[in-house]
Amino acid sequence: MNWPVILNIAKTHLLTKMKSTATAALGVTFGIGAYITMVSFMTGLNNMLDDLVLNQTPHIHLYNEIEPTIDQPVSLYEQFNNSVQMISSIKPKNGQKKIHNALPILNLLKQMDEVKGATAQVRAQIFYLSGSIELSGNLIGVDIMEETRLSNMRDYIIEGSPEALNTMDNGILLGSGLASKMSLRIGDRVQISTAQGAVFPLKIVGIYQSGVADIDNSQSYCNLKTVQRILGEAQNYITDINIKLNNIENAPILAKGFEKQFDVTATDINEANAQFETGTNIRNLITYAVSITLLIVAGFGIYNILNMLIYEKMKDIAILKATGFSGKDVQYIFMSQAMIIGIVGGVLGLVLGFILSVLIDGVPFKTEALPTMTTYPVDFSVMYYVIGIVFALISTFIAGWLPSIKAKHIDPVKIIRGT
Amino acid sequence: MDIVLEAKDINKHFHKPKDFHVLKDISFKIFNGEFASIMGKSGSGKSTLLYILSTMDTEYTGELFLNNKLVTGLSATELSLIRNENIGFVFQFHYLLSEFSVVENVMLPAKKLARKSHQEIEHDAMQKLKMLGIESLALQKASRISGGEKQRVAIARALINNPSILMGDEPTGNLDSYNSDNVFNIFKQLKEEEGLSLLVVTHDEDFAKRTDYIIQMEDGRIVGKSSNL
Repeated sequence: MNWPVILNIAKTHLLTKMKSTATAALGVTFGIGAYITMVSFMTGLNNMLDDLVLNQTPHIHLYNEIEPTIDQPVSLYEQFNNSVQMISSIKPKNGQKKIHNALPILNLLKQMDEVKGATAQVRAQIFYLSGSIELSGNLIGVDIMEETRLSNMRDYIIEGSPEALNTMDNGILLGSGLASKMSLRIGDRVQISTAQGAVFPLKIVGIYQSGVADIDNSQSYCNLKTVQRILGEAQNYITDINIKLNNIENAPILAKGFEKQFDVTATDINEANAQFETGTNIRNLITYAVSITLLIVAGFGIYNILNMLIYEKMKDIAILKATGFSGKDVQYIFMSQAMIIGIVGGVLGLVLGFILSVLIDGVPFKTEALPTMTTYPVDFSVMYYVIGIVFALISTFIAGWLPSIKAKHIDPVKIIRGT
Repeated sequence: MDIVLEAKDINKHFHKPKDFHVLKDISFKIFNGEFASIMGKSGSGKSTLLYILSTMDTEYTGELFLNNKLVTGLSATELSLIRNENIGFVFQFHYLLSEFSVVENVMLPAKKLARKSHQEIEHDAMQKLKMLGIESLALQKASRISGGEKQRVAIARALINNPSILMGDEPTGNLDSYNSDNVFNIFKQLKEEEGLSLLVVTHDEDFAKRTDYIIQMEDGRIVGKSSNL
């Protein structure tokens, strides 16, 4: 194969038909540009939404479900085995909120390879006291440094810092809704009371805002020890264990295992957010459907233009064949035209897509849900650019293939004799 | 003398629109350095024969030898290489690639053959153009020159790979008498000075009479061969 000659002829054809070439290439450019822009923006949004859920939801959550004992005392009594047993007003077992052997479980979890980290929490129902008003809510005792390491909790602390809580024994990270309701700021003191009536003063070291109003209006964070002390419980009183995994895919299997192993209730993130994946998938589907449609349209444009070119160049093709160019040579001449259009259009499309992505990335966008976010989220993954150019090459290859096969099989004798 | 081109019992049928026996038992030889012409009425099959001899048309029975080598039955790619290397072709309509310059048109078959460097090919092309007296047009676009000039460019292109034989299908059919004369003289000169073999299909009796001999065709048969020498 004699590529310099073939490419030279292809180049000359393209340059003399500049308008058609530009039209065909622009078709590809817009197709690829739209794909890059859409996929970057959509994925950026998806990731933002993922973060919103994933960072606030542990991969696996261990706790004790409040439920009545399955084996009631009456079923243990053999003489009643053949009778119908009716028990009215069954109450859940007392003292079940606590996870048994929580500290050993925590140590075991921390040593497991699959586990990135595990944090203990104590949840307590409390009242915030503001003058004569009592606001009900929860107080969560956490190991704050571990929490900030494993989730992006730091992003949600809009005033103050996790370190401040860590060093202050009776500090509290107050929910932003609560703070505005009670007109409290950093440095102020807030009084809380337990369900049993004990009152504790706590110092506000930070304001916490998750973006979910219900949470911000009721939830605050304290150190683990503080909450245990407020509740009057020992250091092994732990109600929840949140587990972050190295690989989120393992969550369902591990959750099942933990449930059996530790005799607790374990929910995994997929279970908790089943509908969430569906949304992500559908957004991806739409992105790819639109992009592929655009590329198919661009492909038809290339097909059309090459077809026209081949009709115009019938005599040239005949003369090339008469002077010793083989059918393959002629096919490659037209294939390389298609591929040149594809490469030029595709690369320009990548550039266009990148520019549009940068523009979108600069558009201001504020959301309460993500306090760190100031502009629209755009995902600049190199992968999309690779997929984009491969898309462009494949679609132009297919669009060029059919006309070039036609050119390959043109009979020069018929053209030259004019029959 | 060596045989350049030999046809043995060549038969061809057109199947469309209905079966038509267009060439009947064609056999002849052309020796090295001969300038032959084929004459005949329209529909006598002379052009059809020429395209078979040029290896572009492969739908025939019989055998065709070029430089004593059988070319019948070779693959399309092998045939295009043979055309590229051994056969120069000049058409009635000049058929240059209109987007390329004159010299690029001439160089194209040599570039395809790729036996020589770009500089050598360019040098050869300029030499052919000089021989045909059109070297001043070398850088002109092929679409910008006159009919007579185009035909000379086409001849230069046909000669670029120093073929064994030059074939022409009514090469003067579209030219005025002055340019026809010119083309004939070029052919004559090529035969005499370069020892080139030529085979030309023509309607032009004056042209034919000045060739070495005429192969007369009628209804798909060779009906006579008259020498003009």
